[in-house]
Amino acid sequence: MTLSLKNISKSFGDRKILHNISLDMEEGEFVSLLGPSGSGKSTLFSLIGGLLVPDEGDIWLDGQVITNKSGHISYMPQQPSLFPWRTVLDNTLLGQELSGKKDLTEAKRLLEKANLGDMIGAYPHQLSGGMRQRVAFIRALLSPQPIMLLDEPFSALDAFTRLDMQKWLLETWEEYEQSILFITHDIEEALFLSDKIVILSSHPAEIKEIVHVPFGRPRDESLLLSYDFLDWKKELTEKIQNKPQVKSKIS
Amino acid sequence: MRHKFFIHSWRPALAIMIFIGIWELSARIFAIETWILPAPSVIAAEMREVLPAFLPHMFSTIKLVLIGFTFGTTIGLIMGTLFHHFDRVRETVYPFLIISQNIPIIVLAPLLLIWFGLGDTPKMIIVAMTSFFPIAVATLSGLQQTDRELLHYMKMMGASKRQLFAKLELPHALPSIFSGIKISATYSVMTGVVAEWLGAQKGIGVFMTLASSSYRTPRVFVAIIMTMLLSLTFFAMIALLERLFIRWNREEKGA
Repeated sequence: MTLSLKNISKSFGDRKILHNISLDMEEGEFVSLLGPSGSGKSTLFSLIGGLLVPDEGDIWLDGQVITNKSGHISYMPQQPSLFPWRTVLDNTLLGQELSGKKDLTEAKRLLEKANLGDMIGAYPHQLSGGMRQRVAFIRALLSPQPIMLLDEPFSALDAFTRLDMQKWLLETWEEYEQSILFITHDIEEALFLSDKIVILSSHPAEIKEIVHVPFGRPRDESLLLSYDFLDWKKELTEKIQNKPQVKSKIS
Repeated sequence: MRHKFFIHSWRPALAIMIFIGIWELSARIFAIETWILPAPSVIAAEMREVLPAFLPHMFSTIKLVLIGFTFGTTIGLIMGTLFHHFDRVRETVYPFLIISQNIPIIVLAPLLLIWFGLGDTPKMIIVAMTSFFPIAVATLSGLQQTDRELLHYMKMMGASKRQLFAKLELPHALPSIFSGIKISATYSVMTGVVAEWLGAQKGIGVFMTLASSSYRTPRVFVAIIMTMLLSLTFFAMIALLERLFIRWNREEKGA
């Protein structure tokens, strides 16, 4: 399953939010959209999700136009958005209930693996922030759609929990290999997780550069402190801030 | 939960005891005539004596209230849901409903008696009319206050209108709907008894009018106490149902 955005532009009234966004996503790829908060990344998600119609351009999924059609992607919002009246298990099954078949065994297996085995019958208000995000991710993962949109899912977590979540997400996802489109404003997070980083400018959001991340998989925590990683982080930071580059490692 | 209940309820229980004590004492000390204000002990004695005769009246009222309330609740739920889904209908009908609530429903009673006769029907209609409005309002506001983030998630996931309603809007509105139902439950017992004053064969209201017209004040008090108990039981049953339906809402709301 491949997702393509072709020359997407969107304005709200006089304000142009997105300008000429084109992007291709391969099957099983992890792509991050990196840009400042409020640069229209969530608008892009609403376009892909079919809630908004682009002024220009089309969205393609596997050779089919899905512009303004909903239900083709799976979604994990910034807030976990778990349903308070559903137990943890029932929450993870929601995506499958909406379209597709319920797979109780798989849901239970994933929850066990996420150390939530004891919490299957608990309600969301009984969980910690990190646990809620794990449930929300499992819900997105279990949804039958082949492409997952993750909208800054870890931005509300503290630094320690965030790192745990990133590692856990990689582990879980690497086994599944659905494609992920990930919004973040955290450079380190983007580098650690992605195959490809799309750097966006703001007002209006435009693609500044698409960077291919060279690190292999599976990745672990030690990568975060390697010189290679830090070099890349520096370069990306400079790119985002529009500083002249000292050496061009990234082509 | 249970022991907490007893810890917290001893104060009000004590207050009631003191109140009854003062009442009893003053009735005796000032030798108040029983037909003006009977002492609690007199009421208790009267209750023991009259209860067998009273029960058929009470069952009749319970039946009346249950039927009226069930209709009222059903209509209220349907109305609230319709208003939520069809803006036009809401804009057209809602103001009219609010205005209609300013007419004391009991003044419509003579009309209903003319149209439907002296049977149970007009009284059931009165009960239904008082109980439907709080439920319609509570249902509407519950449905309209759906969590934006959850709504956004459902829409992104491509949920159909039906799925949105069944899986998000309705469960989200349940606590609100239940508070409406609880208000209606108390109203409907009251209204049921008052409606029976207007003329009926049986019922707490009939028992009351008979007792008061013959100055049997202790009996009036028996009817009042039983009405209160009935109302409380009704309320408690619905609160119990609520606990069964809404197990997730005990503490703070989930994320």
